[in-house]
Amino acid sequence: MYRSHVLVCGGTGCTSSHSGEIIEALEKEIAAKGLSDEVKVIKTGCFGLCALGPIMVVYPEGCFYSEVKVEDVPEIVEEHLLKGRIVKHLLYDETVHKDEIKPLSETNFYKKQRRIALRNCGVIDPENIEEYIAMDGYQALAKCLTELTPEDVIQIVKDSGLRGRGGGGFPTGLKWSFTAKNSADQKYVVCNADEGDPGAFMDRSVLEGDPHCIVEAMTICGYATGATQGYIYVRAEYPIAVKRLQIAIDQARENGLLGKNIFDSGFDFDLHIRLGAGAFVCGEETALMTSIEGNRGEPRPRPPYPAVKGLFAKPTTENNVETFANIPQIILKGAEFFNSMGTERSPGTKVFALGGKINNTGLVEIPMGTTLREIVEDIGGGIPNGKKFKAAQTGGPSGGCIPASLIDTEIDYDNLTSIGCMMGSGGLIVMDEDNCMVDIAKFFLDFTVDESCGKCSPCRIGTKRMREILEKITDGKATLEDLDELEKLAHYIKDNSLCGLGQTAPNPVLSTLRFFRDEYVAHIVDKKCPAGVCKALLSYNIDPDKCKGCTACARKCPVGAISGTVKNPHTIDTSKCIKCGVCMETCKFGAIYKK
Amino acid sequence: MLKKISKIPFRGTPEQEAQLKAIIDECKGNNSLLMHVMQEAQSIYGYLPFEVQTMIADGMGVPLEKVYGISTFYAQFALSPKGEYNISVCLGTACYVKGSNNVLQRMSDALGIGPGECTDDGVFSLEACRCIGACGLAPVLMVNDDVYGKLTPDDVDGILAKYKTNA
Repeated sequence: MYRSHVLVCGGTGCTSSHSGEIIEALEKEIAAKGLSDEVKVIKTGCFGLCALGPIMVVYPEGCFYSEVKVEDVPEIVEEHLLKGRIVKHLLYDETVHKDEIKPLSETNFYKKQRRIALRNCGVIDPENIEEYIAMDGYQALAKCLTELTPEDVIQIVKDSGLRGRGGGGFPTGLKWSFTAKNSADQKYVVCNADEGDPGAFMDRSVLEGDPHCIVEAMTICGYATGATQGYIYVRAEYPIAVKRLQIAIDQARENGLLGKNIFDSGFDFDLHIRLGAGAFVCGEETALMTSIEGNRGEPRPRPPYPAVKGLFAKPTTENNVETFANIPQIILKGAEFFNSMGTERSPGTKVFALGGKINNTGLVEIPMGTTLREIVEDIGGGIPNGKKFKAAQTGGPSGGCIPASLIDTEIDYDNLTSIGCMMGSGGLIVMDEDNCMVDIAKFFLDFTVDESCGKCSPCRIGTKRMREILEKITDGKATLEDLDELEKLAHYIKDNSLCGLGQTAPNPVLSTLRFFRDEYVAHIVDKKCPAGVCKALLSYNIDPDKCKGCTACARKCPVGAISGTVKNPHTIDTSKCIKCGVCMETCKFGAIYKK
Repeated sequence: MLKKISKIPFRGTPEQEAQLKAIIDECKGNNSLLMHVMQEAQSIYGYLPFEVQTMIADGMGVPLEKVYGISTFYAQFALSPKGEYNISVCLGTACYVKGSNNVLQRMSDALGIGPGECTDDGVFSLEACRCIGACGLAPVLMVNDDVYGKLTPDDVDGILAKYKTNA
């Protein structure tokens, strides 16, 4: 028995800020103090509060050390682990309240969270099957195989009301029942871990922090639908997730939890990993299957639906990582446990990746129906630098934005759809007054133009034309007729594209047009970018009252556009200026402004 | 996706070819493993020149057109070699709203190359990438496997200096 456990986050965020080196230093220091038999260091998955990484938690006290540096390690080992004195000045501020240490669950970031899909992330060692089993792991599978019929399993999932967490929100139990009723010599289960929305990383965190729950859930799905083979399609850009998933599969096989005759039930199931290679469209279910088959990942027309003719032309059930992550808990604790959370039509919780202009960037899991205000102001800790909240973008390149006027919207599938937005996979990017909404729409169109597979013309050609119009607008060369054309084109592409990528590609434009039309008009009619982002519409100027004539800007200007004599106000020659902004960064007196 | 095709002569070694052949032998007959073979080939050669694509097509018994089709479809496959230090600046949404395009621009100016290009001495190559999942550290860039986060354009010179002295 160890008297103390030190949990260090080994998720991608913290690994990027060198948590690996901290673990090495910890182990060395602990060994040097002769504590190796008393203190155990565990590399866990993501804790969620990525903004404060690298994160370290010491149990039994539950002390939350944030932004730990390698140099801090000797002090933590000497003081805390050896002498039992908590190193308060290294703790996360919010957990220190006068002389008391608050538990993490009472901090603003964690208080409103309910962790179902993420319940083991940051809690167990993802590379050790025994830790997963100790957290009731594989019990749901045992229950299914020994007590429940496949029909029972599907009924429980149906009753739970779980909807697809990949974005579409299709009822999971119903999807399973479609595959179950088709008979075939071979059926498949596919896990979509090709998280393509830039700015979403919940699937990655589940795979990195709790890979066994995906193995267990897919096996349960196999049992329920009559499939004996599963594929997990993971982005190759997620090396840590791929490695831990492979370890989990190997361990499950060794323990007889994958393979032939699982739990002596006569049920066979095995899993393989397939690596994606960076194509957004592969997040679409038919495109993903085409890619697993070894082709360019182009979507196929539906019907036939995958439940009839999916992977290798056999009946296939495909679910997203987060959807699967909910399954074991639903089976173990029952449908009512799950649908008692969330809203009536969107039960359960949803994981969001909070990013952009927000203080607490990271991963949060909250009951459906939580308002955007609670997410941004309470959990997210508000906007940095005293700026104003302008909009939150959900659903990535397929989604839309929620403006400040709708900040009290309760987030669930149907509410988001009704305001022209989309749940998507759960990326939630916060924007402040310095972000230009036309520029953001163009950013997403750049993305979809690049990622359109080219199979159908509305998407291939249409998105390109849309981007051209957006470029005209941000260059200040557009007319109001262009705006009408943009809107017409958007609806046409939405109605006529083959797959979900094309059908949703115009959403960022339609949504910003709906809530921020005045910004588009300002670009077109006034030739101004209100947020000061679109370079062609900006000019840099010097305020003669503030300029001290220090010459710093003139010396830094790469094109010699700034002139003036020492101690006298300078001026910028706008015909020479390339709008690089170096002068503004250089000026110590705030005398340079853009308009 | 538009890709830059390299005109640099192919410099594969017999050892590399033997490694690739071994992988092809393992996967031959199962066309669903074609992408896997190409991924392995890229990790052996660093990119997929036509010579390598031809070896894969012949070895797996599929038309070259199919290999080429896959290599141009997926962002991961490179048709031109990368520099000794490959710099990827994240242009995912979270990084973009925090100004990562300004970091990319500064990097491009500092190196004198655009995204998708390599410096003449082969030391640095530059690319724009999509979300490396470290959104909490936005804006971020990667130099090979090293991640740099919470950047401003002014950090660019310091980062480059680190690698220039090593080169």
